[in-house]
Amino acid sequence: MILDYETLKLVWWLLIGVLLIGFVISDGFDMGACALLPFLGKTDEERRVIINTVGPHWDGNQVWFITAGGAIFAAWPAVYAAAFSGFYTAMLLVLFALFFRPVGFDYRSKIADPRWRRGWDWGLFIGGAVPALLFGVAFGNLLLGVPFQHDELLRPIYTGSFFGLLRPFALLAGLVSLSMLIMHGAVWLQLRAGPPVRERARRVAVIAGGILIISFALAGLWLALEIDGYRVVSQPALDALPNPLAKSVQVARGAWLGNYTAYPWMMLAPLSGFLGAGATMLLVRVNRPALAFFTSALSMSGVILTAGFSMFPFIMPSSTVPVSSLTLWDASSSQLTLTIMFWAAVIFVPIILAYTSWTYKSMWGPVTVERIRATDHESY
Amino acid sequence: MVSETVVELSRLQFALTAMYHFLFVPLTLGLSFLLVIMESVYVMTGKVIYQDMTRFWGKLFGINFALGVTTGITLEFQFGTNWAYYSHYVGDVFGAPLAIEGLMAFFLESTFIGLFFFGWDRLSKRQHLLVTILTALGSNLSALWILIANGWMQNPVGAEFNFETMRMEMNDFAALLLNPVAQVKFVHTVAAGYVTGSLFVLGISAWYMLKRRDLPFARRSFAIAAGFGLASILSVIVLGDESGYKLGDVQKTKLAAIEAEWDTHPAPAPFTLFGIPDQAAQTTHSALKIPWVLGLIATRSVSEEVKGIKELVAEHEVRIRSGMLAYGLLQKLRSGQKNEATIAAFSQVRKDLGYGLLLKRYTANVVDATDEQIRRAAADTIPRVAPLFWSFRLMVACGLLMLFIFAASFYYCAKRTVESKPWLLKLALFAIPLPWIAAESGWFVAEYGRQPWSIGEVLPTYLSTSSLGSGNLYFSLAGFIIFYTLLLIVELYLMFRFARIGPSSLHTGRYHHEQSEN
Repeated sequence: MILDYETLKLVWWLLIGVLLIGFVISDGFDMGACALLPFLGKTDEERRVIINTVGPHWDGNQVWFITAGGAIFAAWPAVYAAAFSGFYTAMLLVLFALFFRPVGFDYRSKIADPRWRRGWDWGLFIGGAVPALLFGVAFGNLLLGVPFQHDELLRPIYTGSFFGLLRPFALLAGLVSLSMLIMHGAVWLQLRAGPPVRERARRVAVIAGGILIISFALAGLWLALEIDGYRVVSQPALDALPNPLAKSVQVARGAWLGNYTAYPWMMLAPLSGFLGAGATMLLVRVNRPALAFFTSALSMSGVILTAGFSMFPFIMPSSTVPVSSLTLWDASSSQLTLTIMFWAAVIFVPIILAYTSWTYKSMWGPVTVERIRATDHESY
Repeated sequence: MVSETVVELSRLQFALTAMYHFLFVPLTLGLSFLLVIMESVYVMTGKVIYQDMTRFWGKLFGINFALGVTTGITLEFQFGTNWAYYSHYVGDVFGAPLAIEGLMAFFLESTFIGLFFFGWDRLSKRQHLLVTILTALGSNLSALWILIANGWMQNPVGAEFNFETMRMEMNDFAALLLNPVAQVKFVHTVAAGYVTGSLFVLGISAWYMLKRRDLPFARRSFAIAAGFGLASILSVIVLGDESGYKLGDVQKTKLAAIEAEWDTHPAPAPFTLFGIPDQAAQTTHSALKIPWVLGLIATRSVSEEVKGIKELVAEHEVRIRSGMLAYGLLQKLRSGQKNEATIAAFSQVRKDLGYGLLLKRYTANVVDATDEQIRRAAADTIPRVAPLFWSFRLMVACGLLMLFIFAASFYYCAKRTVESKPWLLKLALFAIPLPWIAAESGWFVAEYGRQPWSIGEVLPTYLSTSSLGSGNLYFSLAGFIIFYTLLLIVELYLMFRFARIGPSSLHTGRYHHEQSEN
């Protein structure tokens, strides 16, 4: 099967979406669990329960994030260049926060000293909460538009500052992502942790679900009423060689909602964001965490797709020089690269899903305080 | 114009974080295979001591692996954060192996590593061995894809510049995979990793023997490390020599700099064993030369010449002048004058565009460069010779010393007299840093020797950076230095602590510290 260039560009927009959704569903619950670690685990053993529910899996989960990064590099080099260098300080803060994860998991319980362990617990908290918050802030900034432009060699030049990223709407988007990952992490803990962590997690899942629904609704209203969206007025043929400077772009209030009028089925995304979160709140109350995990995943997928659909075909709009905005049509790699990567994804993603499921199946079962005591030296 | 400070700081940051990352990679590569060997013996013989060996060395593996993961993410991030123009210019080619690495290798390694540590009681013996094998396979495949990406930076095959998109684009994926530089680098690097893992196990086991404790455990570990290490160090040396041959083929400048080969000698060229390179005078003082050897290594013949630095600079000056033409034509094409004549003229000189871009450091407009500026850009094409000359020789010296250690260890192991050779046990213990010194100096040669290019003859390092302020760089550099120093202290503390405790840390009741307590 040979895909034409236009289809490939679209497919890669979807595949990046799949990788991001895979990231929040898998890595999302361990980040959420870590963000809750100091609060839901009152004793060292309870904290070890939380850590060991994700112990065998966090590393594999994190690869969704790393692969999503690699895929953006390969499929949208212009986006990778502009976003990572533009959001320099924020990216480094995410990176520094992520530093705490591998070492925190592996080193924390190797030494019994309570100060050592408490220190790493807060490290793991940072490693979960900071990225969860900043991912949302980044998406918020994409929706607001980013101050950057290209010079004549297509070098991206960012003209904003780090504190410029912390605009109220972006912080609200951060709250959306933080609450959704915490909801997901809490559902995971209800599913896998023994008492008393399980009961505490259940209450948190309901609260986080509520905050998610409210903040997501507020963000939607804000987007509709107050925020300038972007619209492509004219552009070269969709299968043309990518050149970001060849299109013309209009900035207009409410333009981010245009897609929902043109393609009403896209409303399914925000709808599943809300309904998934509502269903999760109900299911955790009636003690059905396994189902709740699915509805929570559905809700998060809905939220991410809502951001994607609203901006489509934009990936990174420029607020200062709108023509420099990057869209999936003009920021993509060459047809050959997209084709090769497409086949790599088609072959490997199912294999990854298969062996990942096997590892979860092998390690399944409640993690209790008693089990931690029995495996003191082998557990995290 | 790009600020020189930002370029220098970005280079420093990349060098520090990459070399730091490579403190952990070779041990992961090597230990993962040693774990496979030990566990296979356990599964085949059923002797529980081999399971203890897998678990204990696996514990040390885990301490090291955690920092490998931590510092690896930095490198992926950094291409985007600090080398934005690089990412734009070559992401089409360079990004693909990185993404495939994630899909094919890193997922495999990271998913199964969790089961390696936590699956002992939940999996059958064979299932667990399979998990260990897949983890090792994952790390080694990961190295393959990363080195395919790195090999392309050294020798950018299978891609062409496209003026419409203003970037390099892949045109032959197979050429990228079968890049001779990447192939040779891969085997040289993973074999160096096996050496690192082997010397690590060898040295620590030697210490247990010197302390006369846990002898059955130490002896078996030592024997496996000696055998695997000897095979690996021989591969490293043979394949390193093969790298020399490939360099002579595709990276003539790097080879000439490593060898401080100022003038082109009549074939076959002599090898400078030692000497003091003097870049200003373009000569090597008190050089000790061995006739014929360089010619044999680099060309596999006695009749081919190895080009000297002076001749290479002259060649590069010609290419810079042709690159100016290419840049002028590119400007025309970018401004919309896309007639066939211009396109044809541009494809004639396209391969020299990178040389033209070297002038960007001296004049933004390139086409108006003066003779003096061209001369300086041509001089820039030769990396500084002395650091390359010395670090290469340091690497080779470490390699030869390790060859001796592994050969002696293997010999006395086979004669079963190694425990009565305390000199060898001590040597093995204190030699533990050698593979790291060799690997770091090897990478220094490879990457510093690539300068002034980030992508050989295609994109100058100077142009590759992001448009950042130096304040950004001071912030991130300070962050890396603080985090990395603290993490290294913690890592070494744990590594030493658990190496000292030894297999007693498994709490099986079978080992030294637990027995003396009883």
